[in-house]
Amino acid sequence: MSTDVDQRALHWERTKRLMFVHIGIWFVFSFVVHWFAPQLNGMSFMHFPLGYYMAAQGALVVFVIQLFVFVRQQDAIDHECGVAED
Amino acid sequence: MSMFRMQGAFIDNLPKIYGLYTGGFLVFVALMAILEQMGLGADTIGLLFVGFTIAIYALIGWLSRTMQVDAYYVAGRQVPPVFNGMATAADWMSGASFVAMAGGIYMGGHPYLAFVVGWTGGYVLVAVLMAPYLRKFGCYTVPDFIGTRYGGNLARFIAVVVLVVASFTYVTAQINATGTIAARALLIPFEVGVWFGLLGILLCSMLGGMRAVTWTQVAQYIVLIIAYLVPVIWMSNKQGFGIIPQLVYGDAVAKIIELEAVHQIGTLKPAEAVAGMSALVNPHSAAADSAMASWRFVTLVACMMLGTASLPHILMRYFTTPSVKAARSSVAWSLLFIFLLYFTAPALATFTKLQILDPALATSIIGKAISDVNALEWIQKWSNVGFLKIIDSNGDGILQINEFFMRGDIVVLATPEIAGLPYVISGLVAAGGMAAAMSTADGLLLAIANALSHDLYYKMIDPKAETRKRLIVARVLLLVIGAAGALVASLKLTGILGAVAWAFCFACSGLFFPLVLGVWWKRANRAGAIAGMAGGLIAGSWYLYMVKFAGMKPWLGLDDLRFGIVGMAVSLVAMVVVTLMTEEPDKETQAMVDEIRIPRGDTVLGSSH
Repeated sequence: MSTDVDQRALHWERTKRLMFVHIGIWFVFSFVVHWFAPQLNGMSFMHFPLGYYMAAQGALVVFVIQLFVFVRQQDAIDHECGVAED
Repeated sequence: MSMFRMQGAFIDNLPKIYGLYTGGFLVFVALMAILEQMGLGADTIGLLFVGFTIAIYALIGWLSRTMQVDAYYVAGRQVPPVFNGMATAADWMSGASFVAMAGGIYMGGHPYLAFVVGWTGGYVLVAVLMAPYLRKFGCYTVPDFIGTRYGGNLARFIAVVVLVVASFTYVTAQINATGTIAARALLIPFEVGVWFGLLGILLCSMLGGMRAVTWTQVAQYIVLIIAYLVPVIWMSNKQGFGIIPQLVYGDAVAKIIELEAVHQIGTLKPAEAVAGMSALVNPHSAAADSAMASWRFVTLVACMMLGTASLPHILMRYFTTPSVKAARSSVAWSLLFIFLLYFTAPALATFTKLQILDPALATSIIGKAISDVNALEWIQKWSNVGFLKIIDSNGDGILQINEFFMRGDIVVLATPEIAGLPYVISGLVAAGGMAAAMSTADGLLLAIANALSHDLYYKMIDPKAETRKRLIVARVLLLVIGAAGALVASLKLTGILGAVAWAFCFACSGLFFPLVLGVWWKRANRAGAIAGMAGGLIAGSWYLYMVKFAGMKPWLGLDDLRFGIVGMAVSLVAMVVVTLMTEEPDKETQAMVDEIRIPRGDTVLGSSH
């Protein structure tokens, strides 16, 4: 029983850590990057002005990839802590 | 029909069934193209496109009818992640995304891209903070979670109020859009079109609830994404940008920046104002270099993202997956399917603008003789319905950028004609717009009716009601709310986009923190949640009223599209302060929170609570 409690505590610790990592990435690509759009527009990426590109496409690509990675990471945590569904 | 009766066989055969459906739809498009070549009129093609697709959705709605509670509320919890992702994408992408977004980007430039970022990134919050935990909880509706996690009818009731305010604001805009498209395609007056659109929406949802809405939304996603991508890819090919235009339109952006100097965009201001229309004055890609511009961008992004993670019609889609893990991966699939449209919208805006500006293209109109431009068929057609206007302010007979007025909404709808594509493409786009608006309206109406029937009627008024009675009440409410929505929509009180942004702000003001903290902060209690929901909703509504209607000067540039920032700030502070001032929740509640944090085990609420 006590191992079960320990496992659950560890699971929640690791889940929280993963949450903070992904919220951090999300914060950067939702807000920080766009705050500096005028400066980034001075640079070019795939022939796009970079600030424009990040808002029209770049941030979106990051979100999509991030979520598929998150799904795998969280699933791995669930399995390693023995709390995944059967 | 037997396929839908035997759920197991139906679920196993989903890829085959929707593959056939997609093939059938493409055959229908090809048939229309052939008939057009044989001389079938444009009006008839439009009518066939909209009529045929609505008939298919209604058929799916009929086949999915049910009298079981968990099929009606959560589609029996057996929707596979990929298909739930498509259904969510259709649920999510509304008339605003399909019709208005590219036009907004065309007219507004960089500041408008805040909607593109805001309406995608919110899914990160949904996946990381909410969806898997709500799925483990096993609720039927969002207020069901609030009511059980915090306990008591008052918390449940306020959650219902927030849900109704946000969703109803949203749904009137969608019924408005279905009415507009139905009116144009079927050649009936707008006021009749609104009721016709509602009829189509109810055919999809009334008999089968969430199950019917799920399978029609998958069908609607397929139509809307084909309808959105085909014209852009076609146009990009014609302009020599290849078949994956989204990756290579950087050069088109550069070309527009050059042409902005040539046509003096931003320098030439319109000499007069035309109601409901505007001339192009904003740069396409440049971002204003000021802290205020950046602040306005990120605050709009924040309202849209946190609103995404609070909108009940989206969250409830993740109650339908077979497992917690499936709920999580379904969010990722949803975002991928949404991404396909959202990363195309700026490309569409760019190519269409180039069609109009670039003197090297035969379709360009800026810098041409006004008499020639007025002779173009699409100019005549859209001027006749009051969506476009040309005024020769300086009397030189040449069309300058500040003499060409239009409504942003027409960018998507008129693009096939502007680019000289065959009419079959316009018919396809009309069917896509209809699918987008109908699927969102379906989800919203169902979210409202379910909250009223499950949370208000069953949980609070008549807990002893038998299954049959519950489901009849749910359907009657759906009908009443749909009718109320159509009535409000026919009054045309707000524009599509404004109403949608308000809905997001209402949702995040009232629900974001009570939902997130309900999972992530065990200490959060009933008094805090009530204070957070009521405080956020009241503060947000008050600020909206003051800024929009009472002439108050916005604080820090937070206009009526961004009132969620004020609502959320009040909600967070009220919830935390009141929670800390009152007792912590009982052991039972804390154990419940522990339980939803792990995927293993039964849902907290039983399968037919």
